[in-house]
Amino acid sequence: MNVNSTATANNKIKMCARSVNVFYGTMQALRDITLDIPDRTITAIIGPSGCGKSTFLRLFNRMNDLIINARVEGDIKLDDMAIYAGSVDVVDLRRRVGMVFQKPNPFPMSIFDNVAYGPQRQGVQKNELPDIVENSLKQAALWDEVKDKLHQSGLSLSGGQQQRLCIARALAVEPEVILMDEPCSALDPIATLKIEDLMRELVKDYTIIIVTHNMQQAARVSDVSAFFWMEPDRAGVLVEYGPTPQMFSRPKDKRTEGYITGRFG
Amino acid sequence: MITVMSAQSKRHNRTEPIAFFILGLFTLIIVSPVIFILVYILINGIGAITWDFLTQMPSMAGKAGGIFPAIIGTFYLMLGTLLCALPIGMFAALYLTEYARQNRLVKIINLTIVNLAGVPSIVYGLFGLGFFVLTMNIGMSVLAAILTLSCQALAMMIASSREAIVAVPREYGEASLALGSTKWQTIRHIVLPQSMPGIITGAVLAISRAAGETAPILTVGAAFYLPALPQSPFDQFMALAYHLYTVAANVPGISKTTIWGVALVLIAVVLIFDIGAIIIRMKARQRRHE
Repeated sequence: MNVNSTATANNKIKMCARSVNVFYGTMQALRDITLDIPDRTITAIIGPSGCGKSTFLRLFNRMNDLIINARVEGDIKLDDMAIYAGSVDVVDLRRRVGMVFQKPNPFPMSIFDNVAYGPQRQGVQKNELPDIVENSLKQAALWDEVKDKLHQSGLSLSGGQQQRLCIARALAVEPEVILMDEPCSALDPIATLKIEDLMRELVKDYTIIIVTHNMQQAARVSDVSAFFWMEPDRAGVLVEYGPTPQMFSRPKDKRTEGYITGRFG
Repeated sequence: MITVMSAQSKRHNRTEPIAFFILGLFTLIIVSPVIFILVYILINGIGAITWDFLTQMPSMAGKAGGIFPAIIGTFYLMLGTLLCALPIGMFAALYLTEYARQNRLVKIINLTIVNLAGVPSIVYGLFGLGFFVLTMNIGMSVLAAILTLSCQALAMMIASSREAIVAVPREYGEASLALGSTKWQTIRHIVLPQSMPGIITGAVLAISRAAGETAPILTVGAAFYLPALPQSPFDQFMALAYHLYTVAANVPGISKTTIWGVALVLIAVVLIFDIGAIIIRMKARQRRHE
């Protein structure tokens, strides 16, 4: 199976960043990032700790808004909408751009209520919820494991199951893009493989951006890779960007080569 | 080598029970006054407890009859203070933690709240008399007492609610917002249910304390002797704590058993309230973990 065979060149651009700078107070966290995210592909963001990968990911659903003193310059677009424009409703944006976090974080509620949480907040009718929950859990490849215990706590599941529950929860609001912030870093290898298989399945319908520390994971799962690097002033920059097979076999930049071959980072 | 090790393990075997004994002793020292007070009051006061004592109006300045109006008065005070201080305290804490920018003004407000909890209770009494009774012209009444006690309870309520709200894991709030929930939806469906047990605990402590206060209410409407129930929030009232003070200090020739009986009833009222709150809190916890 060649998971990287998706023709990335022909895909339209789903999200893009143009000359993006991010500051935390006076410290610059990201410098001049320009990057396209192709539709229905998996884009992996890789690079050493502290190079601003998570900061970059959280720009796409404006989760950085929660950080006091964070300032964003430049343009980020979802389709043709500039998401940092004053007229944009952040709540609507986050319904279109979902997120899965590093640590599985199901709510301390039943499995059913976890998945139904998003649709409920949008005012979906109660009688529509069971179908939404079932479909979302099926899409997240969790349905068969939990269909008989939907009313048990989401916290009673294993770590891998919890993370798939969080994916189901994100899918339930029917997003277009899913952001994943090191979704497997707290999971064992078998649970990790399950999530990776799931991502390959989901990418048929969704655009996925994943931050990962795991080079093998980026190579296995992504279509496009973006390599970030931290400059001496601690600002993150985009060093290299391209189709994953190309970047992993013939990296253009010495720093990329050094990092992906494990010489440093 | 072997001898060294065994000497060491012998030393462990000796120090371990001593440590446990000392820790246990200190726990006992803390607990024993409470138990002693409770048992002492129970033994001395149980003789006064009869059906008539609990349900009749007092007569002869409290020497005879019952303490029904004082029980009802204390009940009104607790209920009123709860209804007044719990929502205000909870929403103030929510605003301070979730909405307010963490600037110098908020820091000053937080510091003020902490200091408010340390203000002597008689000062609240004087404030209540000056502000609620006279300036707002509410008069010496149940309402004025409730408002005065609420001011005192608020400091505690806000502080404990804030602790409970801050303790809710950030990940839950982030997950909710990332699903496209509004801030208020996140507070309503995640933050509040999660922090409710802690908020209730704070309320219980604050209200229990309000029930036992004498100084803040004696200036704003608690009656020395009033063998009738308040007919409106603007009437004067009796309260157990103040009644206990008057019969103990100001009624010569009253039987000691009656005095202890009043104390026993006061403790029982607070205890029943606490048990009720614990049950509610357990329900809230269960819902949180279901």
